Amino acid sequence: MSGGFPALLRKEVLRFWKVGFQTVAAPVVSAILYLVIFSHALAAHVEAYPGVAYAQFLVPGLAMMAMLQNAFANASSSIIQSKITGNIVFILLAPIGPGEFFAAYLLAAIVRALVVGAGVVLAVAWLVPLPLPNPAWLLAFAFTGAGILGALGLLAGIWAEKFDELAAFQNFLVMPLTFLAGVFYSVESLPAFWRAASRLNPFYYAIDGFRYAFFGRSDVAPATSLAIASAAFCALSWLTLRLLRSGYKLRH
Amino acid sequence: MAIPAVEVRDASKRYGGVRALDGVSLAVEQGEFFALLGPNGAGKTTLISALGGLVRPDAGTLRVMGCDTVTEYGAARRLLGIVPQEIVFDPFFTVRETLELQSGYFGLRDNRAWIDEILERLSLAAKAGANMRALSGGMKRRVMLAQALVHRPPVLVLDEPTAGVDVELRQALWSFVRELNAAGHTIILTTHYLEEAQNLCSRIAMMKAGRIVALDSTRKLLEAFSERVLRVKLESGALPPGLAEGVSRDAAGWHCIPVGGAAQVEATLATLREAGARVAHLEVAEPELEEVFVRLMAADGRRAA
Repeated sequence: MSGGFPALLRKEVLRFWKVGFQTVAAPVVSAILYLVIFSHALAAHVEAYPGVAYAQFLVPGLAMMAMLQNAFANASSSIIQSKITGNIVFILLAPIGPGEFFAAYLLAAIVRALVVGAGVVLAVAWLVPLPLPNPAWLLAFAFTGAGILGALGLLAGIWAEKFDELAAFQNFLVMPLTFLAGVFYSVESLPAFWRAASRLNPFYYAIDGFRYAFFGRSDVAPATSLAIASAAFCALSWLTLRLLRSGYKLRH
Repeated sequence: MAIPAVEVRDASKRYGGVRALDGVSLAVEQGEFFALLGPNGAGKTTLISALGGLVRPDAGTLRVMGCDTVTEYGAARRLLGIVPQEIVFDPFFTVRETLELQSGYFGLRDNRAWIDEILERLSLAAKAGANMRALSGGMKRRVMLAQALVHRPPVLVLDEPTAGVDVELRQALWSFVRELNAAGHTIILTTHYLEEAQNLCSRIAMMKAGRIVALDSTRKLLEAFSERVLRVKLESGALPPGLAEGVSRDAAGWHCIPVGGAAQVEATLATLREAGARVAHLEVAEPELEEVFVRLMAADGRRAA
């Protein structure tokens, strides 16, 4: 430990906080728009769980989707901006080890995700009743889901050399995986093939488990979801740390 | 004998087919003001980057104050400050925030007094609260120097610090760096302004194609590779044939006669007098580093390596 971790974490949190209108307020507004539009358009047609209104069903999924996307965006855009502008040199010249580097970027991504997620839930809580019988699960899935995407964001930021490469990663991997993770519907309602395909998507477990915290109902048992999501987080973290240790695309 | 400030042994680095570093070895003693010269692409920046851990050498070792830059990177980086060549900054932060964060990266919690001092010394105090984006190029460069100094490193490396910098700032920069050197900091400098290296540095390494082609004290390099030139303008008569070897004539009609030292100046003038030539004007040009540089770069890069 070099002792550089707190400063790097502080820098990463300040970085998004200083442009909070764009990094926090905007995703909260998007999530609310999704909620208003989809709940209005589909409320009459869909009942995912008995006794849970469609608008209620949507809230945890939208909140988690916003968290996943923002955790990814925070880590990946910070690293690629620093790489392209060149100011990453000041971090690389400091005695910050790979573990500290990883932890600082990851934790900042999680902080942004939690702020955005809390923003979404609090903004709609007075419109849509949210029972929340299991707050411990809420925290467990919030951290794990944000962790998976934070680690993936680091990975993408390290790997991408240009903004369009990162955009491709975001548009062709992160967006489809979050949209198809059961945000707008219960995966149980899908045809068998898509149900099976959805079960290969680790984001699905983060959303399903998160929803369990709010309603005490889910497609998959929450402990199973948490185990799978945690495994995905560990695998991505291991890979990212390996790349950081080797200096891949950072130390040439 | 004290540990060298920087010690490089057989450092090699390839990028595809290009040998950016081709078996470089050199030692810089503590307290030296050392210049690293060479044309673009000679490997200077790669060598500096390897010292800072930005580049991983394929082979060889690099040490800063005895600490290996790979196996003891934490200690090595604490002992080293590097001012990168390109102007880079983080547009999210003010000058003071930039320096506080940089201190934090080195684990320094309360560095305010030293930050204030550097800001003062680099005439940045009035801009402490300004966003980095709002600074001129010269100011950004000074902030970069400040960033390299936040952890008070004993070894400071400046990679072309005066490229595109105005005269006033250049003077201020050099007086500050000279003070740091006088206070015991080892300074390593790369520059394209050879007279800067000649004036400031006691020892010089010249690089070409990833190799060190000359490494000696500034004085010895000047003596070995350069010579004084006797410049004369004749009122009447002509150069005797015995003197003609190696003599060139410039556009203004000056004859440039290479001479080894003061004794040869006298002998040359005597020869001219005997040949009936009358000297109208005369001057002796001292050796210049630029000439050393040009000669070494024109020669086969392997001769001195």
